[in-house]
Amino acid sequence: MAAINQETCCAARPAKRKPAEQANEKTTRSLEAYDGEFQEKRRKRHVLTGRILVAVFLFGGWELFTRIGWMDSYYWSCPSRILSTAWVQLTRGTLLRDIAYTSGSTVIGFITGTLTGALLGLSFWWSKTYARISEPFIIILNALPKLALGPVLVILFGIGFFSKAVLAFLMTVVTSAISAYGGVKSVDPALETLMVSLGAKRRQVFSKVVVPWSMPWIISSLRINIALALAGSIVGEFISSEQGVGRMIIYAGTILDINLVWVGVFVLSILSMLMYWGVLLLEKWLSKRLAIISS
Amino acid sequence: MSKPCKIEVTGVSKIFRRNGKDVEALAQTNLAVQEGHFACIIGPSGCGKSTLFNIIAGLLPPTTGDVTIDGKSIVCKAGTVGYMLQKDLLLPWRTILDNIILGLEIRGVPRSQAVERALPLMEKYGLKGFDSHYPNELSGGMRQRAALLRTLLYDRDIMLLDEPFGALDAQTRLSMQNWLLEIWRDFGKTILFVTHDIDEAVYLSDDVFVFSPRPGHVQAKIHVPIERPRQSEDLTTPRFMELKHHLLELLSAGQAPAEEIC
Repeated sequence: MAAINQETCCAARPAKRKPAEQANEKTTRSLEAYDGEFQEKRRKRHVLTGRILVAVFLFGGWELFTRIGWMDSYYWSCPSRILSTAWVQLTRGTLLRDIAYTSGSTVIGFITGTLTGALLGLSFWWSKTYARISEPFIIILNALPKLALGPVLVILFGIGFFSKAVLAFLMTVVTSAISAYGGVKSVDPALETLMVSLGAKRRQVFSKVVVPWSMPWIISSLRINIALALAGSIVGEFISSEQGVGRMIIYAGTILDINLVWVGVFVLSILSMLMYWGVLLLEKWLSKRLAIISS
Repeated sequence: MSKPCKIEVTGVSKIFRRNGKDVEALAQTNLAVQEGHFACIIGPSGCGKSTLFNIIAGLLPPTTGDVTIDGKSIVCKAGTVGYMLQKDLLLPWRTILDNIILGLEIRGVPRSQAVERALPLMEKYGLKGFDSHYPNELSGGMRQRAALLRTLLYDRDIMLLDEPFGALDAQTRLSMQNWLLEIWRDFGKTILFVTHDIDEAVYLSDDVFVFSPRPGHVQAKIHVPIERPRQSEDLTTPRFMELKHHLLELLSAGQAPAEEIC
């Protein structure tokens, strides 16, 4: 995180000098500059065409091979049918509601899990004894396959929304705690000495040094956590649920509606990409907001 | 001299336990500095200068002895002196201004008041226009200025400076020394300054305390009779050279007879 910031910082400085340099060498280098720009444009166009071609080739091939019978459309479905099933589900079915259900439990689990984990990790700063006692348990919790706890959670919290959110929470809380603890352990002891020499109480050392110092560590856990939270929600729905995209996939599987399974898979990947993108925006906002400059 | 001393260190020693063995870092250290004086502590590395500073700053308890300011013991009372550590230790996520007012902020002074006090200081002492910069955008000298202003704004009568210019190049060092002397003259603080550099010690101080190798104690106290304000030309006068030579001898001999001029 910090390294990226530094890079952008360094990159920004020479950029400021550019106009002056360009003015000086405008006459001699204009052709070259034009060439560079032209090449970059051409490369961009090539990349875009290439990507479109690959996509067309993949989906077109898929469509074609299932139509001419080289691939069994019973198992593989085909893009056109997936699209039409998706349309039917969107307009007449429960797909929108399912998407809201799954993303709701994911986001709630992600936020509560990350916050709780971060607070837990930060709390280890207060007492070395407490931190050392907790360490093996955190490691065990991290190693524990939380998804395997799914059935227990469903029994404990019912088949509703809550058990999915709890599973998403469990998936994220430990990674977040470990990241925050990593940040806490790396705090420069000289900074703590400085704060004490300025008459700071422990509470002030914590809020003014430990928390901001650990922020990059906490933020770095966000990207992993959003994917983990989504996995938790989906598995929760797999086990037993009345709504959600995960439930839709399991349901479609049991009635052998392969088209609908594929719809579910694509919806989940789009959901996952959107959430990842959202987290990237959140990261950017947080970093800017906290003015975390490379240290 | 009969004038009362601002800060007095009497019989302070410090023994650390490492791997089951007692290591004596400081042995029976006595020193006293009068109000408004500039005193340097000079000695070989590892002679316990930083340990002494940590004790005076109230961060470490001494094994024996006492430290008093105006006659009152300050053992283990953190925050009674301004302490500037070797590294600048500016918080990288705070602007220079917010770093400088850190001490006031900890004491609970409202931000607007703190800023009101900090800005004129920044303007006067060479940090004008840097208030909204972040520490990583500043040079080493500028960062040390900011760190020193932070200590200054913390507003204690005594300032401990632990090799603040150790990491700077020679030229920046000289300008920083003059800058520090200017601040000292303007504010009349009592300064204790640790350094390895004999030139720096003589140039800056009224009194130089020479420390012996570990276990450290004050081996000699040298008075520097050069008039103030001092200029860089003073660095090459015969009297300066004489003092420097004397200090060099004391440091290299290690066991040279103690000289007490008080």
